[in-house]
Amino acid sequence: MPLAPAITDIEQLKDKPEVAALLGWNADALDGAKFDRNELIVWIKRDQLLPAAQFLRDHAELKFNFLSDVTCVDWYPSEPRFEVVYQLLSIPRKSRLRLKVKLNSDDARVQSVISVWQSCNFFEREVFDLFGITFEGHPYLKRIMMPEDWKGHPLRKDYPVEGYR
Amino acid sequence: MALTQTPITIEREPGADRTMILNMGPQHPSTHGVLRLVVEIDGETIVRIMPDIGYLHTGIEKTTEAKFYQQVVPLTDRIDYLCPMTNNLAYCLAVEKLLGMEIPKRAQWIRVMLNEITRINSHLVWLGTHAMDIGALTVFLYCFREREDILRLFEMVSGQRMMTSYFRIGGLAVDLPLNFLSRVKDFADRFPSNIDQYENLLTNNPIWMNRLKGVAYMSPEDAVALGATGPTLRASGVDIDLRRDTPYSGYENFKFNVPTSTVGDVYARYQVRVQELRESIGIVQQCLEGMPEAGPIKADAPKIVLPDRENMKTQMESLIYHFKIITEGFAVPAGEVYSAIESPRGEMGYYIVSDGTAKPYRVHMRSPSFANLQALPAMCEGRLIADVVAAIGSIDIVLGDCDR
Repeated sequence: MPLAPAITDIEQLKDKPEVAALLGWNADALDGAKFDRNELIVWIKRDQLLPAAQFLRDHAELKFNFLSDVTCVDWYPSEPRFEVVYQLLSIPRKSRLRLKVKLNSDDARVQSVISVWQSCNFFEREVFDLFGITFEGHPYLKRIMMPEDWKGHPLRKDYPVEGYR
Repeated sequence: MALTQTPITIEREPGADRTMILNMGPQHPSTHGVLRLVVEIDGETIVRIMPDIGYLHTGIEKTTEAKFYQQVVPLTDRIDYLCPMTNNLAYCLAVEKLLGMEIPKRAQWIRVMLNEITRINSHLVWLGTHAMDIGALTVFLYCFREREDILRLFEMVSGQRMMTSYFRIGGLAVDLPLNFLSRVKDFADRFPSNIDQYENLLTNNPIWMNRLKGVAYMSPEDAVALGATGPTLRASGVDIDLRRDTPYSGYENFKFNVPTSTVGDVYARYQVRVQELRESIGIVQQCLEGMPEAGPIKADAPKIVLPDRENMKTQMESLIYHFKIITEGFAVPAGEVYSAIESPRGEMGYYIVSDGTAKPYRVHMRSPSFANLQALPAMCEGRLIADVVAAIGSIDIVLGDCDR
């Protein structure tokens, strides 16, 4: 089964209800979209993340009521360096969507979505711990995996896999 | 709720208020591993409860970035050591999706059969230890008797009792050994009466019911908001099971019910899991009946799947491919996938980013224990300290899965 090429043109993705709804809501908030291997990815501008999350959860047809996962990818040394990744699931519709936010390394901050999906609590702490991304508005942003006095963020690409730091 | 928590400071002035701080764990027999709970109590009532994890953090996600794709399979066993096959499957499915690969039917059916046996294995450990936490010691012995049978099956098929690493990207390591299916049939025929045995000891036992009913209640809204999955979510009345709703690995060929309950307490979670045992054994029976007799157990992709040992001794091509795969790995087309499956504990998801080389750029495991643990404070706050142990048992937490 050969792989179908990825679709990155927003115009072609307008038939996807998620993309169509987001475009109708605020086309400026979108920073790109991609449909690859049967999975839909939408990039959201950083300052629009919280309203976009609210919109996706409360939309009468989309109903993304469940946040499965929050994680991050480090594209060191290119900029924007970090991509924070949100895996959404709509339990009534049984469908998934991936939200992404790009962050520059000199300003690695994004708003916490804890007011929309409470389940991001531990996940955002984990990303903070292992990548050093600050989630503004998180009530208890402390290290969760590493000891509290640990220096550095182990999952960053400039952190060695083995050997002493 | 868990989210309004402020940090609990251990140092406070004596007599400042009437609450006290109690540390439960990390070395506590009822926390199922190295979970530490910082509990603030007022008399016997819990005011706040705060899980502290990370004692088993091994940095598996970082380690994977330095390995070839096929070298990650044994690492995935170590994440959730009670259901190794489920982790293998979740990882292999994610990489196969990245590669756009089709798996032969026989391999898919063997994968499903072994996954359901793994689910039984995991639920047996849960039932035995949960009952022991509550004080019913006998059940533990019965559960581990049947678990021993399952571990022997695992040993037979993969050579290992716990860290099986039996699945490969593109299929299975080797075909099933002789007489394996008849051994599974023996087990599957016998097991329903064993479930009756456990249920005779527990289901209508007045002590068991008094300790479990109405304890650690969680509403469906809270369960969804807090990210609970698997039996913990289904016992609160949310009907979602990834095997049925987004079928993978040929699950669409099997008939099974998804047990749910609307009660939302510890007893409901017990009932849901015990019914899942019965459903799983039903799926194993269907696998045995419909198992394709013979056929390949690996995809036809010589650059990705290791060749048979026999061919390597006679064919130059196979020898070359073997050498190339072992020394250089295989390149995976750039892209990313999130592939989630229903593990015994809930949604086990693998998020893999490939940059087109032979090593994954990023592997993230969405582990169900980690998310389910967030629900614990919501279950326990405002209730009695004696019920914490029942609540921990009911979310079926594995700390290796939680900390990764």
